[in-house]
Amino acid sequence: MTTHSSIPVLDLGGLLLVTIQGELPDDAAVALQEEVTETISRTGARGLIIDIGSLEMVDSFLARVLAEVAAASRLLAARAVLVGMRPAVAITLVELGLTLPGLATARTLTEAAAGFGVSIEHAGSRGQGET
Amino acid sequence: MIDGPPDSGLSSTEALSAFLRRRTEQIAQRWADLPLFQAVFTVTRDEAVEACQAVLSCLVEVAESGRLEDLEAPGFLPARRQLVAMTASRSRSGLSIAQVDREFGVLRDAVLDMLAADSSGAAPEESARLRLLLVTLFGTLRVVVVETMLQENQEIVQRQRQQLLEMATPVVKLWDRLVAVPLIGMLDSARSQVVMENLLEAIVEHNADIAILDITGVPTVDSLVAQHLMKTVASARLMGAECVISGIRPAIAQTMVQLGLDLGHVTTRATLADALEWALERRRRRERDSRIPE
Repeated sequence: MTTHSSIPVLDLGGLLLVTIQGELPDDAAVALQEEVTETISRTGARGLIIDIGSLEMVDSFLARVLAEVAAASRLLAARAVLVGMRPAVAITLVELGLTLPGLATARTLTEAAAGFGVSIEHAGSRGQGET
Repeated sequence: MIDGPPDSGLSSTEALSAFLRRRTEQIAQRWADLPLFQAVFTVTRDEAVEACQAVLSCLVEVAESGRLEDLEAPGFLPARRQLVAMTASRSRSGLSIAQVDREFGVLRDAVLDMLAADSSGAAPEESARLRLLLVTLFGTLRVVVVETMLQENQEIVQRQRQQLLEMATPVVKLWDRLVAVPLIGMLDSARSQVVMENLLEAIVEHNADIAILDITGVPTVDSLVAQHLMKTVASARLMGAECVISGIRPAIAQTMVQLGLDLGHVTTRATLADALEWALERRRRRERDSRIPE
């Protein structure tokens, strides 16, 4: 595995899960971007879930990286879903004019997974992914 | 401020203060029977007389300082405290500022009567000058009264604005993971900021995937309000919740079209009921879709 970044990209059988914890410096973000695209092309994953629930701040650079990851995933036939953004982060991004129009979002991991037909909860769970 | 010739002007204001001081007791007794003091001090007449004396002693001080037209004259300061209590009491009884002002005007007439009786032997021009000074002094008192009341009203408005801001934006949970904000009244920047924050917090708290913004109670939608709505919708979307705006009245819809306001890709429904139906239908469809593996 060609790991560059400290953030693990978990393969849940055709569905990739990236959980960003704490701060994400710019170079780590770029490394993550490379690793995610490589993993998608290697595994042929159809979905990518990025959990940013613990991020307290997203600057314009990270927002751009996220949008690029989503766009690159789409080219590799994988759908990216952003999960768990905090209110303060959302308000900041919107005030900066970064509404990330091409990026699908979901409230919870369960919901995002359900959007890919993967039930983390019991069968028949509510929720879904793409908006 | 009266800055007449030092010999006549000064002596006149001195004569005025001397007259007011001499007649304090009688004036207070007469004032206490006027509807103004009777209505404010309902418990005992002594209380009213005491208040009259307090106001009078302030007037004496102002007369002594010679600053009959100066609202900031130090003599008026203690009077203001007294006046705040009295005007507040009259406002509570439902009187307008003009009505209270008129009641204070009656105070002057009582004093003028007494002055006329007092100076029957004096030179006519001297008593006329005294009269003029007295009218000036009471005119200033009335301005102080009106100013006090306006200040009070200003404070009330300020307080109510704060209260409105605090209670104006309840976020209600309509269904499992479905929240709604019924917006009522004008939306300004401060309010819509509060609305946005409350809604986003509620989305986190209830793990909502759908939020309804109901603007039935919003009287007008201008470009600023539309912009705020768009920002709220965009923020909610980033957090993974879908927003639907409901309750756009026909007149508002027409205005928005005429102003060229575009809500973009935001889903809209005519009524809150329609929005709820849309939300439930959408959730049903998603559940159906998510059961089919890709």
